[in-house]
Amino acid sequence: MALQLDIVTPEKKIFSDTVENVYLPGADGELGILPEHAGLVTALKAGELHYQYQGSRVTLAIGSGFAEVSQKKVVVLTDSALGEAEIDEAAAEAAIKRAEEQLASMGHDADAEDIAHLQSIIAQAAAALHFKRRTRH
Amino acid sequence: MANLRDIRRRIKSVKNTAQITRAMQLVAAAKMKKAQDQALAGRDYAQQLNGVLQDISEQFAEATHPLLEKREGNRELVLVISTDKGLCGPLNTNLARKLRDQTSPEADYVTIGRKLRITLEKLSRHIVADFTIKDPVPFADARAVAKLVSKLFLEGKYDKVSIAYTKFVNTLSQQPEVVQLLPVETPTGYADATDTNEFLFEPSTEDVLGAILPLYVNFKVFQALVDARASEHSARMVAMKAATDNAKKFIKELTLEYNKLRQSAITAELLEITTAMKAME
Repeated sequence: MALQLDIVTPEKKIFSDTVENVYLPGADGELGILPEHAGLVTALKAGELHYQYQGSRVTLAIGSGFAEVSQKKVVVLTDSALGEAEIDEAAAEAAIKRAEEQLASMGHDADAEDIAHLQSIIAQAAAALHFKRRTRH
Repeated sequence: MANLRDIRRRIKSVKNTAQITRAMQLVAAAKMKKAQDQALAGRDYAQQLNGVLQDISEQFAEATHPLLEKREGNRELVLVISTDKGLCGPLNTNLARKLRDQTSPEADYVTIGRKLRITLEKLSRHIVADFTIKDPVPFADARAVAKLVSKLFLEGKYDKVSIAYTKFVNTLSQQPEVVQLLPVETPTGYADATDTNEFLFEPSTEDVLGAILPLYVNFKVFQALVDARASEHSARMVAMKAATDNAKKFIKELTLEYNKLRQSAITAELLEITTAMKAME
């Protein structure tokens, strides 16, 4: 029983193949998806995505986005998806710092969308950092 | 008959032109590669996004979102994406023609790119806003544009928002296009759509639509921008290559003419000398 998994970001297609299962960081908590899952569209928050591919477990740190699940297929659309090796700790820390500075300098009249955008950058970088540090220790 | 010095001067000036067009060709080629990569990279994402929207479109009727609202009026806002610089073949002319054919003359405009902004100003059309976008296109710039047009649409100032841009097909072919941006039309005819027609929404239908639709609008603007950029650099590269080739051909012809003239001048001079010698004998 196979499940087709597609992970795409605006920059490139990250992954497209059949996998055994997928774990998604849903907006309300982690979701485990097996083949023949009921149709589902869910918002994703920044976090870790796991899937079982050719017998081994793969983990990616993803940004916010959403996923569409149908019986044989899972489509993940996200801002970014990084494997452990691709995460640059210094860059992630710098991104958090930059975004936090920008947040702090914004007044009360700041646009809600801009704030949400900065917060998603922070969440994304923090998730990537967390994942990188956990795998190293 | 043109004299030798005139021809020499013309050869020199054509050579200079060829050098400039060649330099521009090389610059455009380098930029073209980057812009094309960017345009093509987003295609997968765009396709999947369309697929997802098509799949869930059947449930739109139950949960309407303001960005989906179809209105009776016909006040139209057109986002026109042209180029800042010229020398890119018929790109802007074709886009202007398409714009004239497919949008109402009473429409208002948001412009990106100097060329068509000037054209529209000459026609005294009403321009609401003008943006300058960096090269390569940053996603944040697309967000700013999308935010403005969404705001104008949601405030009820306009009933319809379209984008006019040049779609990138390949290096030799670019297609001017006018597509509707708002209200969001659910895509159809996407072959890869799954046959599942019942979807659960998590956390809720409103939340999911609230997340997907603005993203879709942002991304569509972004994709139009990168397509327009890729088209611009491709068209400029091709136009400059044609200009360089023409100049080279012209130089060849002029050199041939120059040599012929030079030879006939020498022949005439020899004839004069020999005639003079004969006369002195």
